Amino acid sequence: MSRMIGVDVGGTFTDIFVLDESTGTAEVAKVPTTRPDQSGGFLDGIGRRVDDLSTVAAVVHGTTAGTNALLERKGARIGVITTEGLKDVLEMRRRDRPRTWGLRGNFEPVVDRDLRLEVPERTLADGTIRTPVDLDAVREAATDLLEKGCVAVAILFANAYANPQNEARAVEAVRALWPNPHVSCSSEILPEIREYERFSTTALNAYLQPEVSGYLDRLDNALRKGNFAGEFMIVQSNGGVMDTATACRLPVRTALSGPAAGVIAAGYIAETAGFPDVITGDMGGTSFDVSLIAGGSSVLSPQTSIDYGLVVRTPMIEITTIGAGGGSIAWVDKGGLLNIGPESAGSTPGPVAYGQGNTHPTVTDANVVLGRIDPDRPIGGKLDRLDVDAAAKAIDEHVGKPLVLDTLEAAEAILKVANSRMAGAIRLVSIERGFDPKRFAFMPFGGGGALHAGAMLSEVGIGRAIVPRYPGVTSALGCVIADMRQDFVQTLNTLTSAVDPSALAGIMQRHIDDGMALLGASGTRFEARDTVFELDMAYVGQTHTVAVPLPVSVRDGKVAAPTIDEIDSAFDAAYHATYGRLLPKGVRRIMNLRTSVIGRRPKFDLTTLAPTGQGSAEAACTGSRKVHFGDAWHETRIYDRLALPVGARVDGPAILVQPDTTVLIEPGLTGQVDAYGNTIITRVEERA
Amino acid sequence: MTDQSIDPITLAVLAGRMEQITDEMDATLFRAAFNPIIAEAHDASHGLYHAATGDTLVQGKSGLPIFVGVMSFAVKAVIEKAHADGDLADGDIYIFNDAHLGGTHLSDMRLVRPYFRDGRLFCYLASVGHWHDVGGAVPGNYNPAATEAFQEAFILPPVRIARAGTLQQDIIDILMRNTRLPQSAMGDLNGQLGALDLGARRLDELLDEYGADTVSAALDALGNRAETLMRSELETLPDGRWEAEDFLDNDGITDVPLPIRVALQISGDRMVLDFEGTAPATAGPVNIALPTAVACCYVAIKHIFPDLPANAGVMRPIEIRVPEKSLLAAEFPAPVGGYTETILRMIDVIFSAAAQAAPERVVANAYGTINALSIAGKRANGQSWVMFSFYGGGHGGSSDGDGLNHGNAPISTATIPPLEILEAAYPVMFRTWALRADSAGAGTHRGGLGATYEIELLEEQAEAFLFGERGRFPPRGVAGGGSATTNVFEYEQDDGWHQPPMVSKMRGIRLTKGQRVRLMTPGGGGYGPSEQRDPSAIARDVAQGYVSADAATQTYGPAWKEAEQ
Repeated sequence: MSRMIGVDVGGTFTDIFVLDESTGTAEVAKVPTTRPDQSGGFLDGIGRRVDDLSTVAAVVHGTTAGTNALLERKGARIGVITTEGLKDVLEMRRRDRPRTWGLRGNFEPVVDRDLRLEVPERTLADGTIRTPVDLDAVREAATDLLEKGCVAVAILFANAYANPQNEARAVEAVRALWPNPHVSCSSEILPEIREYERFSTTALNAYLQPEVSGYLDRLDNALRKGNFAGEFMIVQSNGGVMDTATACRLPVRTALSGPAAGVIAAGYIAETAGFPDVITGDMGGTSFDVSLIAGGSSVLSPQTSIDYGLVVRTPMIEITTIGAGGGSIAWVDKGGLLNIGPESAGSTPGPVAYGQGNTHPTVTDANVVLGRIDPDRPIGGKLDRLDVDAAAKAIDEHVGKPLVLDTLEAAEAILKVANSRMAGAIRLVSIERGFDPKRFAFMPFGGGGALHAGAMLSEVGIGRAIVPRYPGVTSALGCVIADMRQDFVQTLNTLTSAVDPSALAGIMQRHIDDGMALLGASGTRFEARDTVFELDMAYVGQTHTVAVPLPVSVRDGKVAAPTIDEIDSAFDAAYHATYGRLLPKGVRRIMNLRTSVIGRRPKFDLTTLAPTGQGSAEAACTGSRKVHFGDAWHETRIYDRLALPVGARVDGPAILVQPDTTVLIEPGLTGQVDAYGNTIITRVEERA
Repeated sequence: MTDQSIDPITLAVLAGRMEQITDEMDATLFRAAFNPIIAEAHDASHGLYHAATGDTLVQGKSGLPIFVGVMSFAVKAVIEKAHADGDLADGDIYIFNDAHLGGTHLSDMRLVRPYFRDGRLFCYLASVGHWHDVGGAVPGNYNPAATEAFQEAFILPPVRIARAGTLQQDIIDILMRNTRLPQSAMGDLNGQLGALDLGARRLDELLDEYGADTVSAALDALGNRAETLMRSELETLPDGRWEAEDFLDNDGITDVPLPIRVALQISGDRMVLDFEGTAPATAGPVNIALPTAVACCYVAIKHIFPDLPANAGVMRPIEIRVPEKSLLAAEFPAPVGGYTETILRMIDVIFSAAAQAAPERVVANAYGTINALSIAGKRANGQSWVMFSFYGGGHGGSSDGDGLNHGNAPISTATIPPLEILEAAYPVMFRTWALRADSAGAGTHRGGLGATYEIELLEEQAEAFLFGERGRFPPRGVAGGGSATTNVFEYEQDDGWHQPPMVSKMRGIRLTKGQRVRLMTPGGGGYGPSEQRDPSAIARDVAQGYVSADAATQTYGPAWKEAEQ
């Protein structure tokens, strides 16, 4: 029982990371993702590395099952029971539109209008019940929804954040007659003010419940059949893990499960390597996803839209996406400007060089034509070789001719513009939020990012790039190291002067008790258990709130109530840090309490990933080929990356090759293998 | 095709870099602003403007659409003033809100800062934001009874709030004494000054990296590119002349419909928009100043060709003719507070005319009114409150499909506050917040639905004000699509329900506890003949309650019933 397995199911590949704590060894595997049922690839991948599941202590899964069900609208047929007069809230959204310009586009809610039924009930904003819920009407509505074939139901009442009583009574009545556990109400899922965001999150949760719990059950059964007796856990969008029972109850919290695991791993690897400030860049086929970690902590955003109108409000690791991936298409518009994306050839048909029918040049095609990707050894293992001539022809036709550039100039132009857009995304998450990128390291992961790491150094002024030893399986590695975490929220909506500290402490205690119970039930080993409290606060009249960390002591699981003075001074400190000034006569208001209960899982020693061989850079060199940089071809040495020993240094131009990644070290840069097997890329003159 | 003075790679890189500067200026103000109209509704904008002409070079993508065309007029006004002043210096910042010079309305405070490089004026940076209150007769400056700009707000012509880098406290003192909400105004002013500082800093870095000549060449090239793009779009349209006409209900003072007419003419790669025949300027505040009219044409055109850049080059092939002293070129001090209603109607007539030329390129009319509704009163403890919001309606159908239900206005991207936020802040309860069945225009692709909002007063007394439109003339379809329904406003009194004599405009409606107001907004117009609508789509509309069975049969005939499962 000494093995931990991380499994990340992505759009194209399922990645497996197996850590054996007793021997200190790690193994990775990559298999194609199976669709529509991802469990095939999941079990196949584990089977590649582990024969006997009884030796496995935990399987932790980063999943896109929920995200895909939302994007492809493949969730369950669900019904809604809501307050009289408000059945269209889900469809009316916040009166936004899909795109600023053009006035085209439409929105289909995940629940049809005839499955959204109203019942007499009403709670006011102060929690007063103006109309008690009509339980006969609720039962009638539920029966009606069952007859119409609904398999899950969400109960969505106005102001239920202020007083959940009507919702609680309705839920009890529905649960008594509903044939499965898929009954939820908005005050259970998100007791926070703003009906659209709360209703949407609750309805999407119901929409995912049957699908995701079915999927997790299938996996769980298959694992158990293979004599697996450990813990099966799921990564949440906040970067923490939860047990499967919680995941089946709150599937909406998996919306960004996979990408979040990648950021968690990146943060841990970078911090271990001595760089607590890092910007991650995940380059996929259609997009480049950027996330910033400062002082070892990720930035969390309170909500996201999975697609237009599909709002999920649960804390998630903030990931900024731009449409510049390897498959993004380069094109020249009628005004003569070179553009990259947003159209993408994706992985099917893929870049022109794949020879699968696409004729429009992509970023990857530029890398191929310039020799940066080896046409004889395409990564991923699906193709035998890449068609360089076809890529060159496409670049010529669609970029070279209109801009009067030769093929190589046009390919360099594509990379220059793509790199500039990727650099723009890095500026967005760093400079625009007040972080100086010079003190950050850049960590590329995913298949293509390490080809562009050098460009990020020169474009944004970043000091160094860290390429992890296994960049292609970063998310799977993140599964193995993520902490267990539960988030809670409760809207208070009160002036600080009117706060009842003992009532506030009561809610905090309830959050702690619920969170600790979930940690306890998981059967997982923790090194420590932490509780973090935050208040969303603002001055009266202001709409944007500031997250105010509350310094509160928890002893033996009991919280000590904060005083009003403590709350006020915590607000002043947080507000000043954000805006650089305070309002002398401003009246302070508390909107929400947010609580996170975190079980710290033991971290594994990343040196287990480091190369053990004694070899040398010279021995790892497998040959050389011509690669184009700037305006000339350079004879460039090729290295087997995994054979490079700790401490080895490789000066650019050089290419380091491993099965799923190509690392490019441009002229003027140098790469060095650190004690953990990472490659640290710096400018030659700045190397340590 | 491309400019010879700059290589295409640098051009593509610089295009992205400069957009990022203006986007970052937008984002900075949204975060720092105190008032929710900027912070939440993003009623603000930033950009870079030509040193000599004031033409838009680059503009932020996240601000209010109407500002995309109007900001250059603010800069032009400052260029004229600076010329008259004769001593423009590095570190100067002009500020003004005069809508007759800078377009839109007096709530919009414009800051314009010359940007110098090596002692030479390189370009202008500008920031505009909607302040919460700038004096005048009515808090928030939406005065439906104004007959002069003086009754709408205090008027500031272009003056220098900073000279050579030093803020002028005198000017700030005047500003802060003329607003009911000085704290909010000071917060917004600081935010705008901060955004201009940031823009200047980012430009410094960009010019250090690329050199002023290269950036300057890129700006020229981007203008030429925008012009080329516009011309190539116009060439895809047939030559000809198309007319359209629509009406405002009234000006809020006299109940007479006000025609807005346009003749759209295309010849080769040029377009003329001629508003001859539009009503003369009126006593009430539905006038607009000429800059607003020009900017509005820009918004309409950018909706028809959404991929065009936000840059003055787009407008070079387009000539706009607005009759003097008309509703669309009102002279100082005509009131302009209700400018939103008038420009929404201008967009409608431009769409209706363009649809005759190229129906598949154009979307049917959207709901066409912002419905500015405020309810104000005093609580039992004497504290006064004002709930002020705009309400949504349906978008038009298009060649792509049915229109969006409950969208925002084409000139805005503002979202509506959640009803729970409104109920928590004000003594009201929403009895209804729902889609309005049968409110959309019929068509091959029908319009999106409008909404019904019914609001009950929970305190003893309050007064309601509404500034809306489309009470008499419904949003129209295009390409043979049908009209939507009109805007309906009703209010409850002791003797039952009433409607305002001026339909969608009224002030001073007294409400007592338990009484309600009800706003039923228009849907969007339909696209294409209703006979061609897929019967199964009609059956679905009926099953979902978007269209009543009676209305479906009346509009589309009985064939849909066979498509029912």
